[in-house]
Amino acid sequence: MSYTADEMMSIAAARALKGVNACFVGIGLPSTGANLARRTYAPDLVLVYEAGAIGAKPPRLPLSIGDGMLGETADAVVSVPEMFNYWVQPGRIDVGFLGAAQIDRYANINTTVIGPYDAPKVRLPGAGGAPEIAASCGEVIVIVRQTPRAFVERVDFVTSVGFGSGPGDRERLGLRGKGPAKVITDLGILEPDPATKELVLTHVHPGIRAEQARAATGWDLKVAPDLETTEPPTEDELSKLRELVAA
Amino acid sequence: MRTQAEITTLADAVAELVNDGDTVALEGFTHLIPVAAGQEIIRQRRRDLTLVRMTPDIVYDQLIGAGCARKLIFSWGGNPGVGSLHRFREAVQRKELEIEEHSHAGMANRYVAAASNLPFAVLRGYNGTSLPEHTDTIRPIACPFTGEWLTAVPALDLDVGIIHAQQADRAGNVQLWGQVGVQKETVLGARRSLVTVEEIVDELEPRPNAVVLPRWVATKVAHVPGGARPSYAQDYYERDNAAYREWDAISRDPEKFAAWLEAL
Repeated sequence: MSYTADEMMSIAAARALKGVNACFVGIGLPSTGANLARRTYAPDLVLVYEAGAIGAKPPRLPLSIGDGMLGETADAVVSVPEMFNYWVQPGRIDVGFLGAAQIDRYANINTTVIGPYDAPKVRLPGAGGAPEIAASCGEVIVIVRQTPRAFVERVDFVTSVGFGSGPGDRERLGLRGKGPAKVITDLGILEPDPATKELVLTHVHPGIRAEQARAATGWDLKVAPDLETTEPPTEDELSKLRELVAA
Repeated sequence: MRTQAEITTLADAVAELVNDGDTVALEGFTHLIPVAAGQEIIRQRRRDLTLVRMTPDIVYDQLIGAGCARKLIFSWGGNPGVGSLHRFREAVQRKELEIEEHSHAGMANRYVAAASNLPFAVLRGYNGTSLPEHTDTIRPIACPFTGEWLTAVPALDLDVGIIHAQQADRAGNVQLWGQVGVQKETVLGARRSLVTVEEIVDELEPRPNAVVLPRWVATKVAHVPGGARPSYAQDYYERDNAAYREWDAISRDPEKFAAWLEAL
């Protein structure tokens, strides 16, 4: 069965949620991966959406975080202050699933502006819930297509902190979650080196060479010595993903 | 002393409550967005407003494009699930709109502080991000008990809070349910408030998870069926996803936007 790079990325994201209890879900690529996980590897996965739904069970992919079916199918619906103060801030959500416009080698994320803040080349939507999700969820998984425009030496604006400028920064800043565990792209998977916290290419998707991933990265991307190739999508994964996207 | 909300028309309510130069929040976190009230502000040509909203979306793009706003206080500005707000984006890129930018957690806490009549709120947030460099209303604060460094954000200073709800009764008790966002805090945190409602009923029926604003809390209530379209009102109508997609083309093209405004 043939498949696209985006399909491989969503399937890799769903696989990463095996064994996870609760996941804070952003719209777009993270939502596709998280909803696929609920249909494959993590049927009891608690999907949390920032508009207030805890344990949403959407029958199709929501267009926005405010889609009515999220609240209507949820185990609990809470106000927005409660969501951030009682659920995100104390670390009650295991995994935060985030997207990015720019990301750097320490997995700091920019979703605010491209160019200078006061004279932006491109004004992006801004922070939303991401800074505190990145700070306080047990860990963070980032899903983003790998291009030199997105994978930059230095983000123009730190909207959400990954590892700051390296080891010890999260602790110094008082960020209680462990930070980014994986960056899943259309080319492979990057994970922070345990000692340096720098993102390292640990997996390439089938048919992708490490050199391609390096060429799509704006810094000198390190490649793990034991680089693995992601298992290709199974027929079951692909058919469930396509069913979900088409619904 | 007010003992119950005045039930009035949308046009009269906006005329009496919203003045040029006011700080106005229209809230509804993706659900129950007070779109009709926002469009009435455009029709009445209010100017120099400081607009507040966690998630400025289509109706704020309309208010900004129509020239009602001087400043925007927000945490996420986009067309949810679709892309950019082009009037907003252009106004920022041309420096025609002052912005004060926060995260959702910070904004939610600013509403809570306003509703609590406290000068500020405390949270664990923003540390290590670029936001404090650009937003003066994010400041570090030491916990007086443990010494831990936390973040303080000031209460929102709202002249007017506007929300949309499913129901009110004839005495002005208001009830909303489903995803209720920061609407309670918006009404309690503002000096004056307007609630537009889908329906005015003889008696409010208790609902699970509902927010009830007792009759003297809101300043005015207006009966505006469909007042949240194209967002949705749970148990009344669904989100009109096509309208959100269609707005992209109107917002992108200044001529199409001008024609839309003319027809409003």
